Amino acid sequence: MKCKVCRQHAVIDVRRHNAGFCRTHFLDHISNQVVRTIKEFKMFGPDDRLLVAVSGGKDSLALWDVLVDLGYDVTGFYLDLGIGGYSTRSKDACIRYADGKGAKLIVRNLRDEHGYTVPELSKLARRAPCSGCGLNKRYEFNRAALEEGFDILITGHNLDDEVATLFGNVLHWNTDMLGRQAPVLQERILTAGHGAQKVMVKKVKPLVKIAERETAAYALLKGIDYVVEECPMVEGNTQHKYKEALTLLEEASPGTKSQMYFGFLKKAAPRFAAAPEDDVELTACAGCGAVTIEVETGEPMCSFCKMKALAHRRRADSLPAPSIRKPRT
Amino acid sequence: MRVRLRNPDRTVEVSGPRDVSMLLQELQIVPEAVLVIRNATLLTRDETLNEDDEVEVRPVLSGGSGP
Repeated sequence: MKCKVCRQHAVIDVRRHNAGFCRTHFLDHISNQVVRTIKEFKMFGPDDRLLVAVSGGKDSLALWDVLVDLGYDVTGFYLDLGIGGYSTRSKDACIRYADGKGAKLIVRNLRDEHGYTVPELSKLARRAPCSGCGLNKRYEFNRAALEEGFDILITGHNLDDEVATLFGNVLHWNTDMLGRQAPVLQERILTAGHGAQKVMVKKVKPLVKIAERETAAYALLKGIDYVVEECPMVEGNTQHKYKEALTLLEEASPGTKSQMYFGFLKKAAPRFAAAPEDDVELTACAGCGAVTIEVETGEPMCSFCKMKALAHRRRADSLPAPSIRKPRT
Repeated sequence: MRVRLRNPDRTVEVSGPRDVSMLLQELQIVPEAVLVIRNATLLTRDETLNEDDEVEVRPVLSGGSGP
């Protein structure tokens, strides 16, 4: 196979573009796709302070690398989830990358911040590990971006991630989720009392035009030492099953994933944007100040605070009651 | 040839020569779900693999709650 651009030996085929690329032109192709996505969806400008959430995996490290090479002011953010050796190796991959590239990295630990790891949370809250993990990551990424004064929060969600999420939302007709699925989620500002407060930083996904196989190829070709192993808690994860099914379709008909996702954005997403479920009043969480839905009775609590409170309550309930000594007579 | 598979990590022996497409077909692996690597170099589906090659078939689909 020859490179589409220079006719030299190709190292990768991108079948949905009916093209092969040599190393140099594949790296250019990925960088160009990211640049096009940033411009097309008006994600950010050259003066914005960017925080990219990194996991030690191929997608986030590849994205970080592209953005650093493009000259953006971008800092990595790694959240240690406490998933044993997997988290240690993931954190090490992020630190190695940052050190080698001279890039800025912020590291936080979920246990230090909130008193539990993801495996502990899963048991205490009695919910699927990926569900609790996702909620905590979204919360902590946003909190870190707000606290550290970043303009934009960036995640490494790629085309496969987005199309699998879309597939799941369609299967279950999650119309409110369909209304919110987009490459850009604008910042939210709550107005209360005497002033306005930013409660959610603008979130963007510059890899939505790039398939997972391509981010892996980019990382490999750039010599990025990413974590190949899967998270040990992912077994049975539905999102993974959707990806496998969609990849079978992509193999049979290249371009399927891209057509489904970008067709949705163009033709269907606007129809769900004003779904009745979205027509709710937003307010500040009584626990942490994050944005949440107003309630008729009681104090409004965001889903993160509810889950955290539940986990700590169950942990306290499971501890033996303190012994009461009889006073000496 | 020796073929390293991941998640879980294991090695299998496959006879050569054969091209990458045939190898993946024999291992019942969807080509779009993996990268095939020889000596730290990516291989396209039409590349020929020889009896004494050592290759890695690296999965690219990740699960979980996302990046």
